[in-house]
Amino acid sequence: MDSNLKRSIILENYSNPINRKLVEDKNYIKINAKNESCIDDLILMIYLEDNIIKDIVFDGEACAISISATSLMIKNLLNKNIKEALELIKNFENMINEKEYNKNLLEELNVYDEMYKQPNRKKCALLPFISMKKELTKY
Amino acid sequence: MIRENFLILQKNIIYFDSSATTLKPYQVVNKITEYYNEYSSNVLRGDYNIAYKADLEYEKAREKVKKFINSKEEIIFTKNTTDSINIIVNSYLKKILKPKDEILISKTEHSSNILPFFNLKNKVNYITLNENFEITLENLKKSITKNTKIISIAHVTNTIGDERNIKEIIKLAHENNVLVLIDAAQSISTIKTDVEELDVDFLVFSSHKMFGPNGVGVLYSKYIKDFEVYNYGGGITTKFNSKKEVSYKDIPFLLEAGTPNIEGVIGLGEAIEFINQKGILNMRDYIKDLKQYCVKKLKTIKDIEIYNENVEGYTVLFNKKNIFSQDLAEYLNKKNICIRVGDHCAKLLKEVLNVNNTCRISFQIYNTKEEIDILINALKEEDILKKSLL
Repeated sequence: MDSNLKRSIILENYSNPINRKLVEDKNYIKINAKNESCIDDLILMIYLEDNIIKDIVFDGEACAISISATSLMIKNLLNKNIKEALELIKNFENMINEKEYNKNLLEELNVYDEMYKQPNRKKCALLPFISMKKELTKY
Repeated sequence: MIRENFLILQKNIIYFDSSATTLKPYQVVNKITEYYNEYSSNVLRGDYNIAYKADLEYEKAREKVKKFINSKEEIIFTKNTTDSINIIVNSYLKKILKPKDEILISKTEHSSNILPFFNLKNKVNYITLNENFEITLENLKKSITKNTKIISIAHVTNTIGDERNIKEIIKLAHENNVLVLIDAAQSISTIKTDVEELDVDFLVFSSHKMFGPNGVGVLYSKYIKDFEVYNYGGGITTKFNSKKEVSYKDIPFLLEAGTPNIEGVIGLGEAIEFINQKGILNMRDYIKDLKQYCVKKLKTIKDIEIYNENVEGYTVLFNKKNIFSQDLAEYLNKKNICIRVGDHCAKLLKEVLNVNNTCRISFQIYNTKEEIDILINALKEEDILKKSLL
């Protein structure tokens, strides 16, 4: 994927992210995705049914990388079961941390495969994934 | 040229984050290396030549600090400004405060000058700020209640960058039997601070914000002799026995238990030497002029909102519309321009500013108008957000 296309996908997901809204529904689990070392502050709400991620919505204040990564994460996790979701998250973390990963599994999330060039932004891309993992490993 | 003293500037960076920490001149770095290479040893403990030399250098630094702020009292070396304020609260204020006593601060204070007071049971009040987020004597008068016991404020704030008229504030406070703690972290490197002339009750600052090394803070107080020991350990006693009979040393050693940050203190002494030799305390108008220049130039750029335009000071707080502050900082980082974004550890600021995050440019004597021009040109470019990515 060339850099321009990557930038366009990131910008599109920042400007028009999927499911940027919170819901009043007690069936959703609410988690705060906050990074200790930066100013991103997001709320994620997850709806699980029979181990399947049926819905994720989010809102908050964060940088372009965090918002776009949240949007792309939601697109890639919807309707996956918890095991599949954790596998995808693991591969995403590996990609960001320059370890071995399955490129095919990540699809559009590969737009962040050069994040290592901006090490101080790794935490932004990882923010929604780490928060999601923390919640999903409870089940 | 003052810039030549700061070797890090040869790395082609533009450093606009001196409110977070100042750069260090090579003289300070060399002094620390000298300690390690020539007389590395503990202080107040050794009976050999290099330990004696370490003692001399350590105490020489203390004398330099005392002279620098014109203190007749002993000063205490701490870890940093935060540590100094915590010690004042825990070793002195807790002892003298009565339940009804109130603390008076402002919402533009650094967290280190807020949270230690939150930890007391006493009520915390806030001085009403004017439209430029500054403290006026008139507002201060109105904010002092019959129960106000201590006012704790920064001399210069780390966000708005406003310089408070502490001489008059202290005078007014004392007329009302109120103590005053001045957080001089932001001001100590550029404003002559004379504790005797100010008649201040407590003054605190950090070495790393005045060209010195990290990990060393200073605590001055008129009442230092009445401080309670807060840390027990090596170096604070003359003798003790198993029956718990203890003879303590005097101030300052009583309040400096354990091996101190020796190289840090010696480095701070050298930083003071640097400030004195280069006449830095006469250069504050130069820094204020940089701010005015920066504001003037920023105003020519569309979509820039400046929050402290009318404040004569040392920082510019701003945002560019539709670009999250962190994305802007990342874009500037790609051009080797260092700025700070976020809430700047002044977490009540958003209550007066009504904005959660801002970009902060802070100036020091090594900054230039040419650097500001480079920043301005960077901010004038199109597609900043897109360029901040990848």
